[in-house]
Amino acid sequence: MMNHFPVWKNLLIALTLVVAVIYALPNLYGDDPSVQISPLRGAVINSSLLADVREDLKAKGISAVKEELSDKQILLRFKDTNDQLKSADIIKDNLSNNYVVALNLAPATPQWLRSLNAEPMYLGLDLRGGVHFLLEVDMEAAEKQSINRNASDIRQFLRENKLRYLSVVISHNTINIKFRSQDIHDKAVEELTRQFRTWEFNPSDESASTPVLVASMSAKELKEVRKYALQQNIITLKNRVNELGVAEPVIQQQGDNRIVVELPGIQDTARAKEILGATATLEYHLVDVKHSASAAQAGRVPLGSKLYNRRDGGVALLKKQIIVTGNEIIGASSGIDSDAGSAMVSVTLDGPGGKKMSNITRNNIGKPMAVVFIEHRTETKIVNGEKVRYKTVVEEVINVATIRGHFSNRFQTTGLDNSGEARDLALLLRAGALAAPIDIVEERTVGPSLGQDNIDKGFNSVLIGFALVLVFMAVYYKTFGLFADIALATNLVFIIAILSLLQATLTLPGIAGIVLTVGMAVDANVLIFERIKEELKNGNSPQASIHAGYEKAFSTIADANITTLIAAIILFGFGTGPIKGFAITLSIGILTSMFTAIIGTRALVNLTYGNRQVDKLKI
Amino acid sequence: MNDQNTIKIDFLSKRRIALVVSAILLIISIGSLATQGLKKGIDFTGGTLVELSFVEAVELDTLRSLLTTAGFEGAVVQHFGSSKEVLIRLLPSKALNTAALSNKVLDLVNSKYGQPGELRRAEFVGPQVGEELTEDGGLALLYALICILIYVTFRFEYRFALGSVAALGHDVIITLGFFSVFQFEFDLTVLAAILAVIGYSLNDTIVVFDRVRENFRKLRNFTPTEVVNISLNQTLTRTIMTSLTTLLVLLALFFLGGEIIHDFALALIVGVVVGTYSSVYVASPITLALGISKADLVIVKVDQDELDKIP
Repeated sequence: MMNHFPVWKNLLIALTLVVAVIYALPNLYGDDPSVQISPLRGAVINSSLLADVREDLKAKGISAVKEELSDKQILLRFKDTNDQLKSADIIKDNLSNNYVVALNLAPATPQWLRSLNAEPMYLGLDLRGGVHFLLEVDMEAAEKQSINRNASDIRQFLRENKLRYLSVVISHNTINIKFRSQDIHDKAVEELTRQFRTWEFNPSDESASTPVLVASMSAKELKEVRKYALQQNIITLKNRVNELGVAEPVIQQQGDNRIVVELPGIQDTARAKEILGATATLEYHLVDVKHSASAAQAGRVPLGSKLYNRRDGGVALLKKQIIVTGNEIIGASSGIDSDAGSAMVSVTLDGPGGKKMSNITRNNIGKPMAVVFIEHRTETKIVNGEKVRYKTVVEEVINVATIRGHFSNRFQTTGLDNSGEARDLALLLRAGALAAPIDIVEERTVGPSLGQDNIDKGFNSVLIGFALVLVFMAVYYKTFGLFADIALATNLVFIIAILSLLQATLTLPGIAGIVLTVGMAVDANVLIFERIKEELKNGNSPQASIHAGYEKAFSTIADANITTLIAAIILFGFGTGPIKGFAITLSIGILTSMFTAIIGTRALVNLTYGNRQVDKLKI
Repeated sequence: MNDQNTIKIDFLSKRRIALVVSAILLIISIGSLATQGLKKGIDFTGGTLVELSFVEAVELDTLRSLLTTAGFEGAVVQHFGSSKEVLIRLLPSKALNTAALSNKVLDLVNSKYGQPGELRRAEFVGPQVGEELTEDGGLALLYALICILIYVTFRFEYRFALGSVAALGHDVIITLGFFSVFQFEFDLTVLAAILAVIGYSLNDTIVVFDRVRENFRKLRNFTPTEVVNISLNQTLTRTIMTSLTTLLVLLALFFLGGEIIHDFALALIVGVVVGTYSSVYVASPITLALGISKADLVIVKVDQDELDKIP
């Protein structure tokens, strides 16, 4: 019974192959040009919205090839990009601002494959086109802002507590407070330590005529400030990217101070940069309760008041006087109101802001107060063939609440519908607070035509390289060469299946990795076949030679592949974007080639030669 | 058995010539790396790169002077792939060191140049990011070599490990030297290729070593030099076959993979050729020179084998 696999082993190999083919299959179907509609700020997606959209399109003589409705989005597939672009414009015109309308290339995977979670590989930006930004948050500025705010808080606190100081001066990362006498100094240390828990207060080392207290941020607080600055920027970016209408944006933290933004399919990079670079702030205003908003809407806006749009629809008439601005907000977080059990947002203002808030709320208990979110952007538009840059300001009321009592720098906005709304409000408040500046430190843009070129060229080189190797092996090793060829083809299917299953990103260097694997995968077969030839030359029988060939080549193959794998894993660990893509496909290729080249070809050899009298091997 | 013992090609008798060849290549490489260095791409230096494609062929001089008059001093303008495609490179400068630069270039070309260009690719790398990539790349190379050294020591013996790492160093230096001498651009993908060369060249070396180890145990009456020579001969066909198939696909990548993959394929082609040579003429001779002998490999295993043979 030499060179014979038991039935179960053959079946297992066949089964793995079937699974691999199923998961590799979605890549053959291509994409449908489609339009994706997703909700913003609590808007709903339902069948009536879909019906409206359908009607709008029908009026212009366009109909979608396929409509898909889920809780999170509507996906409309079209027969060509022409229909897709037209429809996107029509839908954008007819829907309110509460929806994101994005162009997408939806995979045309048939339903039966999707029900098995089989999806095509995820193409990287270099293949589908798009922009990759790496943004860096200016942490020094974030720290400086925090120190400035605290310095003014300390001043106010000392004044309020009648602790007379000579000066409060910021120097580098510390705040130096000068006192007239040691007594006040000692008392101030006690009081300040109690109030500013995240700060450290130490007497100055330098001898001076008057006592000096040095205040510095604790290491923990410093970490918090940095974390906060990063998160605040991520939140702001997420809000803005929504407006760009990108189907699958990626916004991720990278390291301690960087943010990755990936926008597939974006073509107008200048606009993307403008929108990402916009600055936002917010203002608290009192609501003008003496006049009606509807009258103002009809054109009679009273003096000292201004009409604003509400984000959730409708309008609000607010007094022009600003209570506090976003620059004076230190923090905002959502939570649950312990008394009422409803969702709420806690806001903390800095010293001057708290004082202004205190003055207003003292006299306006029971009256409503509104938060206006303001975004400043520079946009470039083409007017008469010339590029004109102009500034736009978008102002929206995001919340209106009644002042329930007199408060200053710490207060809660309660009575929000649910925790989701509370979270959104807290995010917007933070986004509108003074943010640490961000810089673009890396940009990689790939135009759509280059993306398609890259796909074509990559595909071509895989195909040609693959064909050359197939011919070469078949000519040199005859029947055994054909076995190796089948193994190689199977290997390609396995690589694609695993990449699709992992939803790993396929990039151009990734394709290079696949090509390289094709070249190197036959190495295992070459080793085995050369061994078999040697054994035959030494006068062994064909069956014994096959057996010995596989046996003896195995440890060599394992050693050789493991060392290559080490190199690939290190590449993955240290590499960034493009290198990672190469390392992933190379590693997967090494592993799958071990399976196909050793076990796969053995199964074929056994089926052909096993269990019978063989006089000569075609090798 | 008789066939195994005949030495077809006496590789090692020519190892002195090989030593001279390797030495010359290494001296040229190190010399070039020390004097003119690598032509680092913007991945490492930081800077801006804009690739534009036009409908008609582009006059580089016109475009160059247009950029210079507009204040983009030191812009490098060259054809990329065809005469209709242009690559514009701007080194980092303090005044213009922003991501907006690529858009400015595009605007300028579209408004002032005879024909509008289509943006194919724009890259901006901040100087700090470039520095980090250089550092990470260097570290990756170092760690790869150390891990391989450990693995080979563990699987074989330290002399083999030193021999293989010396061969890897040889391959990496000569491939880098090739890029330095001819001033081909060295970017992230080329770095990835160099790391792949390490994997490949090692693969080759390990196959030879595996045979050397096996033959040390099997062939009793031969000197170490003869054993290595026999092993090299036995693995020769395999070495050539694998190098050929790998080179076949690399040539496909080189000619068909497009401009971005071009340098990557080139680095690998050089690396595969040098790597094949080094596994024969660098790794094995160094292992021999370090005094590898039967005793170093046989002890444990032979005991095992002989125990097995006892009925």
